[in-house]
Amino acid sequence: MKINKESNIYTVVYAAVLVVVVGFALALVYQALRPAQLENIANDTKKQILAAALIYPTADDPVGELYDSHIKQSYCVDSKGNIIDGAVALDIDMAAEVKKPATERVLPVFVCSTDKGEKYIVPVAGAGLWGPIWGYIAMDSNGKDIYGAYFSHQGETPGLGAEIERPAFSSQFEGKSIFGSNGEFESVLVVKKGQEPAGRAYVNAVSGGTITSQGVQKMLFSSLEPYTAFFKNLGKESNKE
Amino acid sequence: MGNIRKRLEPLINPLSNDNPVIVQILGICSALAVTAKLQPAVVMTISVLAVLALSNVIISLMRNTIPTSIRIIVQLVVVAALVVVVDQVLKAWNYEVSKQLSVFIGLIITNCIIMGRLEAFALNNTPFNSFLDGVGNALGYGIILVIVAFFRELLGSGTLWGFQVIPQTLYDLGYQNNGMMILPPMALITVACIIWFHNRKAK
Repeated sequence: MKINKESNIYTVVYAAVLVVVVGFALALVYQALRPAQLENIANDTKKQILAAALIYPTADDPVGELYDSHIKQSYCVDSKGNIIDGAVALDIDMAAEVKKPATERVLPVFVCSTDKGEKYIVPVAGAGLWGPIWGYIAMDSNGKDIYGAYFSHQGETPGLGAEIERPAFSSQFEGKSIFGSNGEFESVLVVKKGQEPAGRAYVNAVSGGTITSQGVQKMLFSSLEPYTAFFKNLGKESNKE
Repeated sequence: MGNIRKRLEPLINPLSNDNPVIVQILGICSALAVTAKLQPAVVMTISVLAVLALSNVIISLMRNTIPTSIRIIVQLVVVAALVVVVDQVLKAWNYEVSKQLSVFIGLIITNCIIMGRLEAFALNNTPFNSFLDGVGNALGYGIILVIVAFFRELLGSGTLWGFQVIPQTLYDLGYQNNGMMILPPMALITVACIIWFHNRKAK
């Protein structure tokens, strides 16, 4: 029997079969690769958290073990600095948290023991030019100074906004204080190279990545501000010791 | 000898004489987007190579069954499916690279070179020739990407593959990276310069 390839029935059946076959194949691929992907994503999160505390996995030190050996404790606090029972820090989606009002947020804290003492790592999330940007900030135990920072992004322009993920940008944050001389929360400014805002902690923006850099500045302010009470408590405790 | 040359024509032609970017002026959009640095340009080339070669072979195998009225849709479905598979495989096996490429992988679907080759070649040729044509065109595309990325990264950032190549002493003498090179307009101008040289050589 000769099939008429131009007939409507042939066309419709052909399209239906094709879509079903392709759909089935893609579902199969997804199912088969999902466990490996989830593991990669979990390891990647841990890697990012450690990167904020300037700890990097090597071939001999896979990220999973490195994480377990450094992050001894993690918990969530509310905007008053009290620990929330039952919340798992790794499961909190910071991008969703920053959309809530400060008083309702669940704020994850990862306590990292390094050779320079305990560091408190907190996630930050915001928006760049093309999509979400995020990062982790490691604070000194005085609750005031940034020990290290890590930033990443979904789709910022390569060579421009995407440079925020490079150490050349994030290492600028090391040692900056997020509290002003009067003890108020001020965050860190991201300003064009050459500008020097008086009396404020600042870093240089990525040249050519103005909007992404402004995104980082906004993200730091809005994500870190609810932690103010927690950081101040940290400062009081470290003074006592 | 001449016979082999003739058989390999689909592979060799797109490298220079019939280059998709500088002769057919296709795929310019991604040539602008991923060429600020060498590394993404090379990974993009490899991804396009995989998708183009495979989709060419698949469409060529299906070419006698595809109803003419929906052939573009069929091509799109095949390309999109392959791109999703490439994306998923990268996420599972090489998470670092997949993070770097992020949106560009998805953009392969809209690369006009792929649809162009399916429509112009794979629909009328055998799977083996289509495979050669796919590899040839992806390499022709890749050569231009790498050349453009080489100049943009060198002049724009002073680095190659992320390594500093312009010595510090030159900066101390007052040399500066050209920020313009990182921006998309300079990619167009670089491509235009390549077309210029290529045309002169062809004459």
